[in-house]
Amino acid sequence: MADLETFRAETRAWLEANCPAEMRTPTEDEEDTVWGGRNPTFRNDAQRVWLERMGAKGWTAPEWPAAYGGGGLTREEAKILAAEMRDLGCRSPLSSFGIWMLGPALLKYGSEEQKKKYLPPIVRGEIRWCQGYSEPGAGSDLASLQTRAEDRGDHFLVNGSKIWTSYANKADWIFCLVRTDPTAPKHEGISFLLFDMASPGVSTQPILLISGSSPFCQTFFDDVKVPKDQLVGIPNKGWEIAKYLLTHERNSISSMGGRAHRPVHEVAAQHVGLDDRGELDDNLLRAQIARLEVDEIAFELAMERAGDMAKRGEIHGAYSSLLKYYGSELNKRRHEILMSSGGSDALEWESDRSEHGAAPRAWLRTKANSIEGGTSEVQLNILAKRILELPGA
Amino acid sequence: MALVLNDEQTMLRDTARSFLSGEAPVAALRQLRDGHVAEGFSRELWKQFAEMGFAGVLIPEDFGGVGLGHVEAGVVAEEIGRNLTATPFLSTAVLTASALLHGGSDAQKQAWLPKIAGGEIIGALAVDEGAKHRPEKTALQATRTGNGFTLNGAKTFVVDGHVADLLVVAARTSGQPGETQGLTLFLVAGDASGVSRERTVMVDAHNAARISFDNVQVDADAALGPVDGGHELLERVLNVGRAVLAAELSGVGGQAFDITQAYVKERSQFGRIIGEFQSLQHRSAHLFSELEVTRAAVIKALQTLDANPDKAATIVAVAKARAGASTELAVQEGVQMHGGNGMTDAFDIGLYMKRARVAQELLGDSNFHADRLARANGY
Ligand SMILES: Cc1cc2nc3c(=O)[nH]c(=O)nc-3n(C[C@H](O)[C@H](O)[C@H](O)COP(=O)(O)OP(=O)(O)OC[C@H]3O[C@@H](n4cnc5c(N)ncnc54)[C@H](O)[C@@H]3O)c2cc1C
Ligand SMILES: Cc1cc2nc3c(=O)[nH]c(=O)nc-3n(C[C@H](O)[C@H](O)[C@H](O)COP(=O)(O)OP(=O)(O)OC[C@H]3O[C@@H](n4cnc5c(N)ncnc54)[C@H](O)[C@@H]3O)c2cc1C
Repeated sequence: MADLETFRAETRAWLEANCPAEMRTPTEDEEDTVWGGRNPTFRNDAQRVWLERMGAKGWTAPEWPAAYGGGGLTREEAKILAAEMRDLGCRSPLSSFGIWMLGPALLKYGSEEQKKKYLPPIVRGEIRWCQGYSEPGAGSDLASLQTRAEDRGDHFLVNGSKIWTSYANKADWIFCLVRTDPTAPKHEGISFLLFDMASPGVSTQPILLISGSSPFCQTFFDDVKVPKDQLVGIPNKGWEIAKYLLTHERNSISSMGGRAHRPVHEVAAQHVGLDDRGELDDNLLRAQIARLEVDEIAFELAMERAGDMAKRGEIHGAYSSLLKYYGSELNKRRHEILMSSGGSDALEWESDRSEHGAAPRAWLRTKANSIEGGTSEVQLNILAKRILELPGA
Repeated sequence: MALVLNDEQTMLRDTARSFLSGEAPVAALRQLRDGHVAEGFSRELWKQFAEMGFAGVLIPEDFGGVGLGHVEAGVVAEEIGRNLTATPFLSTAVLTASALLHGGSDAQKQAWLPKIAGGEIIGALAVDEGAKHRPEKTALQATRTGNGFTLNGAKTFVVDGHVADLLVVAARTSGQPGETQGLTLFLVAGDASGVSRERTVMVDAHNAARISFDNVQVDADAALGPVDGGHELLERVLNVGRAVLAAELSGVGGQAFDITQAYVKERSQFGRIIGEFQSLQHRSAHLFSELEVTRAAVIKALQTLDANPDKAATIVAVAKARAGASTELAVQEGVQMHGGNGMTDAFDIGLYMKRARVAQELLGDSNFHADRLARANGY
């Protein structure tokens, strides 16, 4: 306990000394998010400095082993780091599919060489990854994917296409599900492959979203040569890795919303105003916000509890589906209420005043939360089958 | 602190679970109800609660208790909820004991706490005066007379008030109903002259009373905690009660869910087990998620009462708001998924619905607690 208090004091002091002031305000729009990569874009120097400092300490991935560049913190220490960052209003220094998804899968299934090669650049934000799972014919039914990887002796030859590949046009590398045995049952012929998006034969075609941005792409592979040591785990046994990675993706999607952002009641107070009793001047909206905030606080604790249960080995393997389902539906609800809180101010799409429609664009973006990483219906199917053990699910 | 039970707490849960499901299952509640037992609970069972250490769970060893914390009280309450046990645990071991612990003088503690821990007396907290829980609207007057006070007014929804030996009464010694200043708690004997009690048989076959106070005389040393400044003490005691009741609700909802799951895995229609239908699967999975999210808030509230009681108000509001709402969903889905059987008295699910309604209302419903959160956040 005393050790943890020392850790808390030291962490706080370090954060106070090292987190630039600009990185202690709530994020407002997409450009406030730092993705790193070979050709990183930083809005200002503070973003770059903050990423470098946190990356050097391994605190972009606090619980990964120090041997692979991570922070090497225990769960209790990582909780303290998160709490202190929240307390000081520190932004997350890096958003990264490498940290949220690939890293955990490599830590579990990667070879020693693969861990040494791929993990440290992820921690430092030097290589940006994208996820090649979905295909036009394989969405919820992911295991029916058709992208082919043929064994050509010293390399695999990849042909096919992926869709909804977020940031494929900006990513440096891809972790990709491919079919290596087309004759086996659908779950048993899939492998997990890593390759450079700069490889000859890879091309991307951005897709415009309802939010007006186009962060995702259709991705085409035309005779792409991939060295064989870039296959993770065992050939044709990639489905297990794919599912394991999805549990981490789900955890990261579940924590998207909530209290890291500006409280909804503040937004409402600004646009709707308070009455002479000091209450929001729209009592039904006030009630909606109060119920939302009750649920947001409880859900944040549910995520913490899930981590604690996992630590004690008392968690069900499908629990991430619960968090993903609940968190994404909650975030959608938050943004519906935010839109209502903003009234007609939240409807502007282009003005500087509205930061180019930040509110409606964010609102529309959240609609994907219950689709990406497996839809809400798929999560409910998983819960019904694996945790509730209902028949025929 | 990890949001899970530690090893000792898990052992306590197992003990409480086997004790309550063995000695005080739903069938025991049916017996009390159908036998029209005048007191509405079993004194013998309450003696056993004392022997098990449950009656003194929050009471320090110096006063004859076992000196455990709120998490442990919640563990017992959850099992009470699972079995719908009618027991003075909340009124006596939680609310009355907390009022004495946090507001009592040494003499008051010495006089009453060992008796509570020993299962010798029943206590009750008398707060509500109207149909909704509004503690600051307390109007029951306590006027200074001679060497003490005279109480006039009426209380309602006083859990276990009909059998209480000791009443903890929230009264107004100054100010107007609606103000927090001017409240005082008093210890009043259940059979004091001028106290009249009507047992109100409730929908859930648990126990409460309407109590009127007609020129009830008490000595000055009957005041519990500061005169006029009792609001803070009252809130502290209520928050303990709310968090423990949230744990009980968690048990009610959890058990309603479990028996409903068992039912949908056994009943067939259209040549299939009804649990195979996706609409029931999705609703079950949704409900399971709601109950799990509530569990996290409840254990956090109980832990905060142990570790940091001055900062517990917000999380207690969240826990009670969540527990009321998610348990209400659990019992509604439970009755619906039982089909026609859910409407019958023979099946237990209806009893869970009734208990959930009462516990939702008690000590502030979900709306009350969401409103508290809004106020705390300044909107
Ligand atoms: C913003 C965004 C980013 C994404 N990023 C990526 C990415 O980076 N990489 C990647 O590989 N993929 C990505 N995806 C793809 C995502 O994983 C898929 O969209 C998702 O799995 C659903 O597949 P689908 O779109 O084909 O919908 P479908 O599977 O066709 O589903 C259509 C509807 O049918 C329902 N449905 C389907 N099956 C069932 C069932 N068995 N029971 C009940 N209902 C069912 C679904 O819930 C849904 O409501 C992204 C998607 C979005 C929206
Ligand atoms: C107060 C009352 C009065 C009644 N009066 C009469 C009367 O006078 N005469 C008479 O003949 N009957 C009467 N009924 C019976 C009533 O019509 C049946 O209870 C009703 O049709 C449901 O059938 P069940 O009870 O067998 O439930 P079940 O069919 O077993 O249903 C249990 C649950 O499974 C769900 N379920 C079942 N099949 C599906 C499916 N395919 N997809 C999704 N969910 C499904 C149901 O919606 C329900 O939630 C009465 C019932 C009640 C409660």
